Amino acid sequence: MIPTPDLSHLKRADYEHVYEPAEDTFILLDALEEDANELRELQPRTCLEIGPGSGCVTAFLGTILGASSSLYLTTDINPHACKSTKATGLQNKVPIESLQGSLASPFRHRLRHSVDILLFNPPYVPTDSDEADFAQQHADIAGSWAGGRDGMALTDILLEQVEELLSPTGRFYLVAVKQNHIQDISRRMLEQYGLQSKVALQRRAGREHLFVLKFQRTQSNT
Amino acid sequence: MVRLITHNLLACHAKGCTSNNFPLQFQDAAIELRDAEFNADFLRGFLPRIEWTALVGAARQLGDTSLPAEQPEMLDDEFLQKLHHVLLEVHVEEGAMVCPNCKHVYPISNGIPNMLLAEHEIG
Ligand SMILES: C[S@@+](CC[C@H](N)C(=O)[O-])C[C@H]1O[C@@H](n2cnc3c(N)ncnc32)[C@H](O)[C@@H]1O
Ligand SMILES: [Zn+2]
Repeated sequence: MIPTPDLSHLKRADYEHVYEPAEDTFILLDALEEDANELRELQPRTCLEIGPGSGCVTAFLGTILGASSSLYLTTDINPHACKSTKATGLQNKVPIESLQGSLASPFRHRLRHSVDILLFNPPYVPTDSDEADFAQQHADIAGSWAGGRDGMALTDILLEQVEELLSPTGRFYLVAVKQNHIQDISRRMLEQYGLQSKVALQRRAGREHLFVLKFQRTQSNT
Repeated sequence: MVRLITHNLLACHAKGCTSNNFPLQFQDAAIELRDAEFNADFLRGFLPRIEWTALVGAARQLGDTSLPAEQPEMLDDEFLQKLHHVLLEVHVEEGAMVCPNCKHVYPISNGIPNMLLAEHEIG
């Protein structure tokens, strides 16, 4: 059992602006925990989480791999999330480099084929496009869930960059819901980018049918 | 926190800014030094991802001249200790990073850099 990160420093008032860990967070933690040995053996040096929110997931990954074994980078558009992530790193003794930014944009130039573990629990809830655009502009709590058409507005942009970011042995974990069309995502990533995927975990939580998809290069594409 | 290991991975990503957009130049940097756990395996594993000249230049901008201009071939303990300090223990808490090409300013506040671009600046 890997302990869940200590988030006692975050208060009610913080969660008015920052996504509070919920079932979608926990399914990602569970998927990482199941893969703990595999991930340690890969000796990852660069981990990048997009949209860390509270910082819970990267702090957990840091506990699995060891605080000094890897570089832990995060980017979130929401400034409150950036602060919470930084604080969660300190609280859990994992040095997290919390940056305010959108997706992997500031790193794309220098992290070509260099990210060993890429994590994204995106805003996946299907909404109007306008609502999603507005949430992105505002960079507050609505940006945690408003996902536009099929809940894929933001995820689709990242999916186009994953192959370019992943190192030869890189792994990408993505949280998704049924409405995001899981099989479609997998097929697209294989056909367009030679990245194979599998459902690492799935479960029903209330009204949501949650998935964690795990992507890596096919043998011929490393 | 903006440590030099992170600075070494950041480039300007403003619209149309695709050459001479790295490394970003520090401006009015306020630094803090904090101990970090030494891990030789991590340093050896990470070194191939570092742009050496950019690292040496950034360290000098912050007043640290401990690294040699050329990356040494022998990764002895003395060198790794210096590398450890420069990469992982120097934190830029306030100031800004400026693109050498388009001069876009990326502010740093409370150790968090703001790499967001306005909508019209996104490439
Ligand atoms: C569903 S929450 C997940 C938070 C946290 N990782 C967790 O699992 O509890 C989605 C996060 O993505 C962030 N986000 C939304 N749009 C983003 C973008 N364009 N770039 C980076 N992060 C973004 C939100 O601010 C929010 O923190
Ligand atoms: Zn620029």
